[in-house]
Amino acid sequence: MLELIVMSTLNGVLYGMLLFLMASGLTVIFSMLGVLNFAHASFYMLGAFFGFQISRWFGFWPALLIAPLLAGALGAAVERFGLRRVHKNGHVAELLFTFGLAFAIEEVVQIIWGKSPVDFRVPSVLDFPAFTIFSTNYPAYKMFMLLVSIVIFAALLITLKKTRIGLIVQAALTHPHMVGHLGHNVGRIFMLVFGVGTALAAVAGVIAGPALVTQANMAGLLGPILFVVVVVGGLGSLPGAFAASLLIGLVQTFAVSMNGSLSGAFGPLSPDYAATWLADIWNVTIAQIAPIMPYLLLVLILIFRPMGLLGTRDT
Amino acid sequence: MRKLMMAAAIALPMFGTAAIAQETVKIAYIDPLSGGGASIGEIGLKTFQFLAEELNAKGGVLGKKVEIVAFDNKTNPQESLIQAQKAIDQGIRILTQGNGSSVAGALSDFVTKYNERNPGKEVLYFNYAAVDPVLTNDKCSFWHFRWDANSDIKMEALTNYMKTATAIKNVYLINQDYSFGHSVRTAAKSMLGAKRPDIKIVGDELHPLLKITDFAPYIAKIKASGADTVVTGNWGQDFALLLKAAADAGLKVSWYTYYAGGTGGPTAVKQANLNHQVFQVGEGIANLDNKPSQEFEKALRAKYDFSLFYPRAVNQMRMLAAAADKAKSIDPVKVALALEGMEFDVFNGGKGNMRKDDHQFFQPIYISSLGDRTEKEPFDEEKTGWGWKLVAKIDSAQTMLPTTCKMERPK
Repeated sequence: MLELIVMSTLNGVLYGMLLFLMASGLTVIFSMLGVLNFAHASFYMLGAFFGFQISRWFGFWPALLIAPLLAGALGAAVERFGLRRVHKNGHVAELLFTFGLAFAIEEVVQIIWGKSPVDFRVPSVLDFPAFTIFSTNYPAYKMFMLLVSIVIFAALLITLKKTRIGLIVQAALTHPHMVGHLGHNVGRIFMLVFGVGTALAAVAGVIAGPALVTQANMAGLLGPILFVVVVVGGLGSLPGAFAASLLIGLVQTFAVSMNGSLSGAFGPLSPDYAATWLADIWNVTIAQIAPIMPYLLLVLILIFRPMGLLGTRDT
Repeated sequence: MRKLMMAAAIALPMFGTAAIAQETVKIAYIDPLSGGGASIGEIGLKTFQFLAEELNAKGGVLGKKVEIVAFDNKTNPQESLIQAQKAIDQGIRILTQGNGSSVAGALSDFVTKYNERNPGKEVLYFNYAAVDPVLTNDKCSFWHFRWDANSDIKMEALTNYMKTATAIKNVYLINQDYSFGHSVRTAAKSMLGAKRPDIKIVGDELHPLLKITDFAPYIAKIKASGADTVVTGNWGQDFALLLKAAADAGLKVSWYTYYAGGTGGPTAVKQANLNHQVFQVGEGIANLDNKPSQEFEKALRAKYDFSLFYPRAVNQMRMLAAAADKAKSIDPVKVALALEGMEFDVFNGGKGNMRKDDHQFFQPIYISSLGDRTEKEPFDEEKTGWGWKLVAKIDSAQTMLPTTCKMERPK
């Protein structure tokens, strides 16, 4: 039992940190530009595919650096030449713009790299078990993923809290007009934040690509969960996004390890109902509904605490 | 005058396509070419194209060229019906599909209804891999033919072998959460319970189909359950990633599987270093001592970088040609009637038979394990150096399970 708890915690924290890498960018972009970027997970996918291609040419480590820069530059360009123009036409137009962009990116990725998974391998220096607990190996690459996520989280926190740029960004989050009046170029800050946000998603893509599966539908698999993280954490709140990412990572991983069901709690269903729809609900285990747990959380949060766990604004 | 020219402009190309359509026998391949099922969907497509070329080299079907037309269904039943309609609109009268019994159920239903509404324009549905037993039992259809052994037949064979493996004490079941996965777990529980009551089922897991990219949480659970054996019907990426996670965690158990040979499977098995601990039940392997199938394997591998995963597809295509010869027509109804009860020398050797009662094909079934090879096993898998070794053969006669099908034939 202890073994399962330790392993699930490790797996859950890792998944949570990956989510955070993406959600951090998304939530900052939302609070500054006021637009939910539906294409955010697409930059995660772009990161993975750029990473795959560059690691083919130059190896994994250059890829880890270049792919996020490329994706970030692309993100900044999208903000500068796309979103900023669309912005004049209101939020709905922006929303639809990012929505369409997500499909466009997926299509382009399919055209270039095909529809089936690409062979993105864990670099051989990290392809060994890091340690063994309860006779289960924990892969070194996963430790590396964890480490990268923590380092980025720390760097992000320090930048936002301790540096001048961070101060301006924070101010622009809540009072963009005031920041503009003070003489800062708000447009450029937006572009920068958008670029950094998408680059962070791309980092997540590069490190998750080899461990998970790099394929054209990976954005679609993770995209919806990101919005859950952002809403549960509180729109625009970084610590909130962090807490929510970990929470969702842990909830989903632990749910998988649980076997409880209604029949387990209240005894088997009377045979009269065995062939009805009730039997399905009665026998379904928590593990089986693990994938929808985050969405359940989303619904509950929206009903009972619309501003999210650590959010302050009621949007 | 203008109107006439326009009419001609529209009509002429149509005459053109109609003329070409008579020259070829088109088969619609409706399977995943994107998303989680794409890795095996693409291999299936190439296999069928290879088989079409084989038939064409021998003069085609009744002198007509065979052509495979690909349709991407994204492993989604709804999408499959749209694609099927698209295929029919193009004048295609034979559909084939294999990945996902949920898709197969929808397609079989669709084809049956379509044929009721469109007499004279019937469409056939050849199922090469969807193995939910219900398709040839309660929900059987005259227009549906299945070349793969159904899930219960495979489980019967697998448990007959497991019965003799005394090392098995604690079994863990992990399957995909849809009709096929459910039938695997139900059959495994009831058959193991009857044949080896001493075996304990320590876990019974269902997970979403082709959605999971990291199986680590599931592996942690298997590990914690103390299982020594895992039984799974997982296919495609769901098998490869499951084994990849097992390899990462260093999980050492025996695996009894339906589809370990699929794309990425052998690589993951080698990575997990499970030498002859992963078993697969199926209608054939490359390393059977049978000259024609070995020649075929060599030719396929010379052209593509994968091995034959679908001996059943070979039987399907060759039997289509044989049935058309017998009926002297490619009319779907006549082909279907010719296929019923047809005896056929199957690809891997031995006799097969398309049972008239339910359109289930019966053939010898093999259990094999993946690992080190001797000189008797010339072929390896996915360049791992490991190959399939024959462990047990079950003759067609012993795979005949009864059916509840009440076939409604066209009048």
